[in-house]
Amino acid sequence: MLEINRVSKTYPNGVRALEALTLTVAPGEIVAVVGGSGCGKSTLLRLASGLDAPSEGAIILDGDAITAPHEKIGIVFQEPRLLPWLSVANNVRFGLESRPREERSARVTAQLERVGLTDKATVWPRELSGGQAQRVALARALVMRPEVLLLDEPFSALDAFTRVDLQDHLLDLWADGKPTLLVVTHDVDEAIVLADRVIVMRPRPGRVQQEIVTDLPRPRDRQSAAFDFAKRRVLSALDRSLDRRASVDDGQTLADEGAARWW
Amino acid sequence: MSFIGMTITAERTSFLRRKVAGARPSRFMRPALGLLLPVGLAVLWEIAVRLGLSDGRLVPPPSTVYQTLADLARTGELQYHVAATLLRVAAGFAVGTVAGTVLGALAGYSGIARGLLDPTLQGLRAVPSIAWIPLFILWLGIFETSKIALIAVGVFFPVYLGVMGAIVAVDRKIVEVGRVFRLSGFALVRRILLPAVLPSYVVSLRSGLGLGWMFVIAAEFMGASEGLGYLLIDGQQLGKPAEIVAAILAFAVLGKLTDWLVVIATAPLLRWQDAYGTSPQKS
Repeated sequence: MLEINRVSKTYPNGVRALEALTLTVAPGEIVAVVGGSGCGKSTLLRLASGLDAPSEGAIILDGDAITAPHEKIGIVFQEPRLLPWLSVANNVRFGLESRPREERSARVTAQLERVGLTDKATVWPRELSGGQAQRVALARALVMRPEVLLLDEPFSALDAFTRVDLQDHLLDLWADGKPTLLVVTHDVDEAIVLADRVIVMRPRPGRVQQEIVTDLPRPRDRQSAAFDFAKRRVLSALDRSLDRRASVDDGQTLADEGAARWW
Repeated sequence: MSFIGMTITAERTSFLRRKVAGARPSRFMRPALGLLLPVGLAVLWEIAVRLGLSDGRLVPPPSTVYQTLADLARTGELQYHVAATLLRVAAGFAVGTVAGTVLGALAGYSGIARGLLDPTLQGLRAVPSIAWIPLFILWLGIFETSKIALIAVGVFFPVYLGVMGAIVAVDRKIVEVGRVFRLSGFALVRRILLPAVLPSYVVSLRSGLGLGWMFVIAAEFMGASEGLGYLLIDGQQLGKPAEIVAAILAFAVLGKLTDWLVVIATAPLLRWQDAYGTSPQKS
């Protein structure tokens, strides 16, 4: 279980990025974090990955406080961040250095096959398309069999078609070992396709605006009415997080506005 | 993009080839173009001497220089001096490179090490390296050690600066990948920082080697009984300009050859590069 316990982060330049944020993610759960820019959603992932330390509060995974990168926590960034001097297979192998040779190659081969890039094992990262490179980044994180996988806007740099493709692919990969997924995104569709729960954040300083349960049956139909309804709820929570007048009708605001009009 | 990988019709391919051939000098044209000026000048001078326009005593014509080189090679003198100089450069280059790499990596990786080492090293770098000669002779004697030390000093600074500067400039995002996989210290340097700086490392090795060749002459000027630098001095004292030019030519060839060796030896390590200068399209 990943517990984020009253975590605050103030950067050295005085910016308060997160304010007493509390969030508990159950094993195998998929949680998406959405919010406008400056709401601290990327900061949250950096703290959860152990790359940065919180100013106050603690992040706890199965009883261990996370103060530095942890072997049970993997992360995929917005950019693939592959090491350009290593072949695709060696990029995937990167974290397995300490394992026996046979285990290493077996796991790398299996993981590459799982992301459908067996034929790219020996090529350099520069020869991959954006979607392929991000698949390798996923493989590099998943080959470690993490308990928690953090994803920081993982598909935002891809074209719409590839993005949808990779969202489905991620869910497929998730089904293997069911790691906990914490996905930061600014794509509401992506949040609803992936997540069991969507956390809408409020900026300056980053706090939770609202938590929306989106437990539609999987696989999720992006065209269904239930999907659309969940999307409206998230969008309207986003509007409220930015203190904007509702631009979307989620039923609740309709009632408020109806009352106003009636008068 | 390679032509081999292109799946277009044969006519289209040949059209492209013709177009490329027309737009750029071919594989052999470019080196030929580069040779035009030096070879042309040499031929002109040879003709001028043959026609008696000059006696060619102070500026020997190519045929005389060639004759001198051939004589030196026949007696084994050339090989002897080349070997002596090469050994010195190799030893100095090895010492300077190891020291420059280790200290450069240390100063690049750790802010504390940088604060401690860099000001002193930058200060020492400002000293013209020839200025060390008297001290090195006092400390290390007039034989090989002081010569190798001087060459090592020359090689050290470009390598140190190159490694340190490149490590400091490594993309934070790549370093974070290393941190996510819980690398630190030596493992982070070995698996992330050094591979990332490899392209600029090769450049600093090459400029280090260039300085090594420069300093070996200075070292051999300070009293050597063998080596190409000795040949230069010998040629001056005995009034044999052809011998001087022969030694200079040997330096040029050796310098170019060793530089090329560094390039060839490191090329397999740099195949991953995706930069303008390395794209196969550029001929």
